[in-house]
Order: sequence, then C-alpha cells, then structure tokens
Amino acid sequence: MAHAETAHHAEATTTGLNHRKLLMWIFLGSDCMLFGALIATYMVYRGQSIVGPYPVDILNIPVTTISTFVLLCSSFAMVQALAATNRNNQRGIKIWLLATALLGFTFLGFQVYEFYTFSVVEGLFIGTNLFGSTFFTLTGFHGAHVTLGVVWLVSLFIVAFKGRLGPSTALDVELAGLYWHFVDIVWIVIFTLVYLIGGYDAGPVAAGVLTGPIPSVLPV
Amino acid sequence: MATTTGVLARPTSYSGVWSWLTTVDHKRIGVLYGATAFIFLLIAGLEAGVLRAQLARPNSTIVDGQTFNAMFTMHATTMIFMAIMPMSVAFFNFVVPLAIGARDVAFPRLNAFSYWVFLFGALLMHTSFLVGQIPDAGWFSYANLTSRTFSPEAGLDFWAIGLLVMGASSVAGALNFTVTIINMRAPGMSLWRMPVFIWMTLLTSILLVLAFPVITVGLIELTMDRNFGTNFFNTSAGGDPVLWQHLFWVFGHPEVYILILPAMGIVSEILPTFSKKPLFGYPVVIFSGIVIAIMGWAVWSHHMFTVGLGPVANSVFTITTMLIAVPTGVKIFNWIGTMWGGSLEFKTPMLFAIGFIALFIVGGLSGVSHAVSPSDFQQQDTYYIVAHIHYVLFGGSIFGIFAGIYYWFPKLTNRMLGEGLGKWHFWLMFIGMNITFFPMHFAGLDGMPRRIYTYPVGYGWEVYNLLSSLGYVLLFVGFVMFVHNIFHSLKKGQVAGHDPWDAPTLEWSISSPPPEYNFAEIPHVRGLDHYWIVKREARAAGQPVPGPEPHAAPGSVHMPSPSYWPLVTAFGVVWIGGGMLIDVGWDYIKFPISFVGGLIAFIGVVGWANEPASAPDAHHGGHEAGHGAAH
Ligand SMILES: [Cu+2]
Repeated sequence: MAHAETAHHAEATTTGLNHRKLLMWIFLGSDCMLFGALIATYMVYRGQSIVGPYPVDILNIPVTTISTFVLLCSSFAMVQALAATNRNNQRGIKIWLLATALLGFTFLGFQVYEFYTFSVVEGLFIGTNLFGSTFFTLTGFHGAHVTLGVVWLVSLFIVAFKGRLGPSTALDVELAGLYWHFVDIVWIVIFTLVYLIGGYDAGPVAAGVLTGPIPSVLPV
Repeated sequence: MATTTGVLARPTSYSGVWSWLTTVDHKRIGVLYGATAFIFLLIAGLEAGVLRAQLARPNSTIVDGQTFNAMFTMHATTMIFMAIMPMSVAFFNFVVPLAIGARDVAFPRLNAFSYWVFLFGALLMHTSFLVGQIPDAGWFSYANLTSRTFSPEAGLDFWAIGLLVMGASSVAGALNFTVTIINMRAPGMSLWRMPVFIWMTLLTSILLVLAFPVITVGLIELTMDRNFGTNFFNTSAGGDPVLWQHLFWVFGHPEVYILILPAMGIVSEILPTFSKKPLFGYPVVIFSGIVIAIMGWAVWSHHMFTVGLGPVANSVFTITTMLIAVPTGVKIFNWIGTMWGGSLEFKTPMLFAIGFIALFIVGGLSGVSHAVSPSDFQQQDTYYIVAHIHYVLFGGSIFGIFAGIYYWFPKLTNRMLGEGLGKWHFWLMFIGMNITFFPMHFAGLDGMPRRIYTYPVGYGWEVYNLLSSLGYVLLFVGFVMFVHNIFHSLKKGQVAGHDPWDAPTLEWSISSPPPEYNFAEIPHVRGLDHYWIVKREARAAGQPVPGPEPHAAPGSVHMPSPSYWPLVTAFGVVWIGGGMLIDVGWDYIKFPISFVGGLIAFIGVVGWANEPASAPDAHHGGHEAGHGAAH
C-alpha cells in the first residue's frame, strides 16, 4: 500500500477496486453536480429572456444533430481503443485513440462554428439576454470538458506511439474512456433539454411563462 | 528516471524548509493544514474583536460602516473556509491513515496539492486587504448587492475567486479521503469496525465532493456577471437574485454538516476513551450520521423562509428541518449514554467534549426554533441567528476541534499539553463563550438586526452588547493561554509515551510520534476498538500490556518520495485565478496572465504524471516524520 500512486503495480485494496478508478467514479459524481447546477440554471431561466434573439430564432437543430452524432461516434471509437489496448493490438490502439480525439475535435469545430454564427452573425452574445448568458455558459463548460478530453486523448496517443500502452496499462485508457463517455452523456442531456425540448422557446409572453403585459419596472 | 523528469533533481531530504515544501507525508501535511488554519483562526478572531469593540457601546465610532461590513464578511468567510474546514482536514490528514492502519493516503501527491492550493487561495483572498478592496457583502453575499452596480470595487471578485480556488482544494482533498477510507483499511477493518471519526470523515468527504460543485456554479455565475456582463442575477434583464440563494444554500446547508460532522466524530472518539467504556449504540450513531448526510440535502430553504417561496415550500422545509433534528438528538443521547455509568476521567479533551455536547444542545434547540417558519419570520436576520450559529460552530465545531487537539497532540509530538493550562483554557472558553453569545439570543428577540454597525440608545440592547464584548475578552485570554500551552508543551511538556489515554484505536498502538511509514507491519483488525481488545486480552492473561510497535529496519518499508510537482501545479492553478483579478485598467490583459498560470499548471501536471510515486533509488524508511513535526 506504500505504492499508492504507482499505477502499474497490482495492488491490494480493501474493495478490490483500483484507487484511481474509484477516484474517477467519485469525481464524475462531483462533475454531475456541476452540470446539474448549470443545467438547472438554464432550465430556471428558460423562456425568461426579455429581449431576443430567442432559441427559436437561432438554434440550428439539424446542424447540432450532426455534431451530436459525431460525439456519439467518438464514444464508439473510445470503446474500440480500450478493446484494442486490452488485446494489445498496437495499431488498433493508435488508430482508435486518434479517431476518438479527431471526432472530439470535430465536435469542438462545430461548437466554434455555432458560437461564431450565433454571436457575430445573429447577434446573440453572452450579455445579450438570459438565453445568451445561460446557453454560452452551459455549452461553454461542456466544450471546456471536451477540450480537456481531447488534450488527454492526444497525450495518450503520444504515449501509445512510444509503444507504452497495452494490457498492463489499460487502466490509463479506461480512465480516459470513463471521462469521455461521461462528457458524451452530459451532451445528450444538454442536446435533449436545450435543443430538442427548448429549441422552440421564444420570449416570456410567447412561452406562457408570464401572462399579461411585461411588468413596467422592466426597462424596455 | 526520477532525476530526468524535472529541471531539479527529485528532493530526497527529510529536514529543513525544502522538505516541508515537497513533503507528501500525510502527518506533515496535517501539521501544515493545522498550523495554517490556526493562524487564520486567530486572524478571524481579531476581526471579531473589531466587531465587538465597535458594538460594545451604542453610537460607537471606532470603525465606520464600510470597515464593519468588511470585518464581519471576512470574519465569517475566514472562520468557515480558512479555519474550521482546514482544521478538520488537518485531523483527517493526521488521524485517518493512522486509525485505519494505512501507511499514507491513497494519493499522497494529490494531498500535498490540496494543501498548497488551499494556502495560495487563502492568501489570494487576503491580498484584498493589501489593495484595500476587502469583500464586504456578508459570508453568503446575496445577489444583487454583489452586482457591479452596488459593489463596484474588486472585493467580491477576490471573494468569489478565492472561494473557487479553495473549493478546488477541498474537492481534491475530499476525493482523496473518500478513496483512502473506502480502499485502504487494514485487513479485518470492515465498515462496521471503523472508528466513528473515520465514518464522519467519509460522510463529510462525500458531502464536500457533491456540495462544492453547486457553489462553484454560483460563484462562476457571479464572477461572470461582474466581469463579463452576463445576466444571471441581473433583474433588469429578467435574472432572479433568488437563484443565487438557492445555489448558495443547496451548498450551504450540507456545508453546515461539513463543519460539524468532523467535530462529532472527534467527540465520539474522546467520550468512550475517557469514560472507559465503548461508545453507546455505535451503529445508531453511524446511521444517524448517514441520515443527516442524506437529509442535509433536503432542508436548504429553511434559510429562505422570508423570501416568499410560498406556504407549501415553507411547510415542507419546516417539516424536513424538524425531522433532521431527530438523528442529531439521537447522537446526543448516545453520547450521554456513553458517559452514563462510565468511570469518567475529566482530562482536558474530555472537558471540551462535554462542553461540545452542552453547547451544541443549546445551538440545536435554537436551530429547531427557527426551523418553524412562522417563528423564523421573527428571528430572520436578527442576533438570535448569530447566537445560534455561534453555539453550533463555536460551541460545536471549535470545541470539538480543541478536544481533538488536546487528544491527539501527544501522538503527534510525544508531549502532553499542560493539564493545568488546559483546564484554564477550557473554563475561560466555556464561560467566555456563554457570556459572549448567550445574550445575543435576547438582543435578537428584542429586535436587534445582525450586520448593523452601530445602534442608538434606548432599545434595551446596551447591556446585551456590553456583555458580549466582555465575553470576547475572556475568549481572547483563553486563546492566549492555549497558544502559550502549545509552545510551552512542545519544549517542556510531560513525555506522553505511545498510549497516554489508554485509547481504543489503532493509532495508539504505534510509537509517538509515529514513524514515517506509520506501521512497520500492517495490523490485522480484530474488532471495533481493536487496541482495547488487544490490551484487555493481555491483562486477562496476566501478561504486560504490549508496548509500541517496534520500528522497522531502515530501508525495509518503501514509501512515496517527496515531490515538488504538487507545489508547482498548485501555484499554476492559483495563478489562473489570480490573473483574473489583475486590474490595470485594461480587462483583456487578464486572459494572457491567466494563461501563463494555466501553462505552469500544465507543466506541473506533465511533470507529475511522468514521475513515479516513489523514486526507485531513494533511501526509505527509518527516518521519522514526526520529529520534524514536533520540534
Ligand atoms: Cu441550513
């Protein structure tokens, strides 16, 4: 147990679970609360923007469906990368790790395109209205998670290129996979809530959130 | 290998400043946490002194309202996040591996990283004093007082970013202790044989891991509102200040248990030891702790009864809050049952533990009185609340922490803390605490609002306030005695030996101070109160009680090596936050400066990842960490 941090040792733990794997699971629980609070903020402010643009004006659901599909494919590639690591298929490890990273990178490309068209073209900035604030914060945090994941995958790819990944170090790949799948699942939730369900939201009156005229204390 | 991963050779020294900067030994990190937190405790205490000096007499002009605001904000923020929490973490660090029969925590370098992030984050928040823009919106900093419009100075940015940084430290530490307790128990130590303090540490860690992300989101939204023009709490754009209250208290109520559960754990170790009988109803105490940790998530709106959430919400949160008092009350009966019929030994740790129970009962009862929402309407934002929180956090947490310091100091240093001074300390604290905080109940019920910086003559608040301020003097003298006791006992204290209290848990079966590797041989745990079982059997067989475990041969135990990467990474992480606070009149300079911090952190992580946990060529074992800690 003195080798607590040494990854490549077979170590006896009380539960039989590896320390790092247990750490990752608990961390993901923590991250769930982070996204939970961000998503809650988004949902609380759904349809509360006083000025446009509103989701119905600018969300491009077909394009985001494609990027969602890309991210789902990357999870498939991740599974393949771990399988190749466990089988010690050196070529497979490199190909699938690179594929995962590239698909993740493509997703980020879609997000950059989305942010650019929403802001510069359509005029929705982070301070424009509540939709802008909540949307960019939520998807921005998710994008930051994906970016971190891509950096992690590229680091693993470099390690794989030196031939240092294989069945004995499969945990290194597995941990990245756990994180990657988590980030993917979070996106499914965001896509469902923000795009599929909330994608047709308009202003407060149209959404039926406020009935009657907008209170006069609010600046017009 | 080890020397090729960094610019500098891997540190190998076990003495001197460098050894403290690079240590990964849980006992030394515990000492660092404890010493740092104690300094912040004194700072927060002095800030309270300013408050009590100002409020001692009506129409006082010792400080102005602005300074008063800054002082009560930093008093509470420092006490909660920089004194009580890290003090508890100091106990987690020092006690947990020893009491579960492990040689270190699961991730020793992550542990060092947590400490350095905490230290730098606390310093970062306190640099607000240097630029004269001190946080001043209260410890829960309600929106929209915190908007740029109403708080144009940078104080709240220091507050928000400082808390974000320290939150990262807390989560990293809590992850570490959760894994350590789940995964590194000595053979035979099933969950139901864990000491209560270990259980409470586990529950606290789980609460931390789940609660901090919520306040993180709130703080990020606040920071973005103030710096990037978002509208989260901006009412003119439709934003709702009540969202901040929800995010804050969804975190804030579990935080209350994060502050009190460790103290409850400490007390549950001390009472059996000094009553010479096992804890009464051990499983009930544990279940109560679990119930508290779960139900603690369903009571947060009792902080918001007067916000106008409606009768349904107020009723529901009244009921859940009254329910959560049940497991807390159960614990109190268990502690009393432990003492009942025991042969009580009134040593200083025991006095503080009993003081904890007495004062926590008072705080618990006033807590139930504002669990009732109609009654709370009368008490909201009055000194009655201030009285309540100080009975649970000062009478509760701080008394528990002092009990723990008196209890484990001999294990850390092989010296006893002076009993005479300890008793003086206890009685000054106990009497001073009641004189300070009990009158606040009456001041509050007579309508004195909290946070006012002065008050006129004639409301009948003068006597209460004067008493509170006089009580502060007693507390101050008590603290001076405690500090004197520590320094005196370190040099001249009576030698403790390995088991001065005839205690039941594993850490007392090894020498004081413990060797760096803790256990030469990992013990096989035979039951709850393992060391009592061992000693009892020896006595029954007419044999002498076994002494401390003999030390291992030098070099025979392989331990994690010191590392400077946690320090580098922590420095980078905090620089990211610090960069966001740079104000030279041009906002965009913040990003490149923060980016440099990110780069340092990245280099730190790469160095860390490429460095094996223990250097293969290092000399191990034989040196005793505790010596450095003690002398
Ligand atoms: Cu509460």
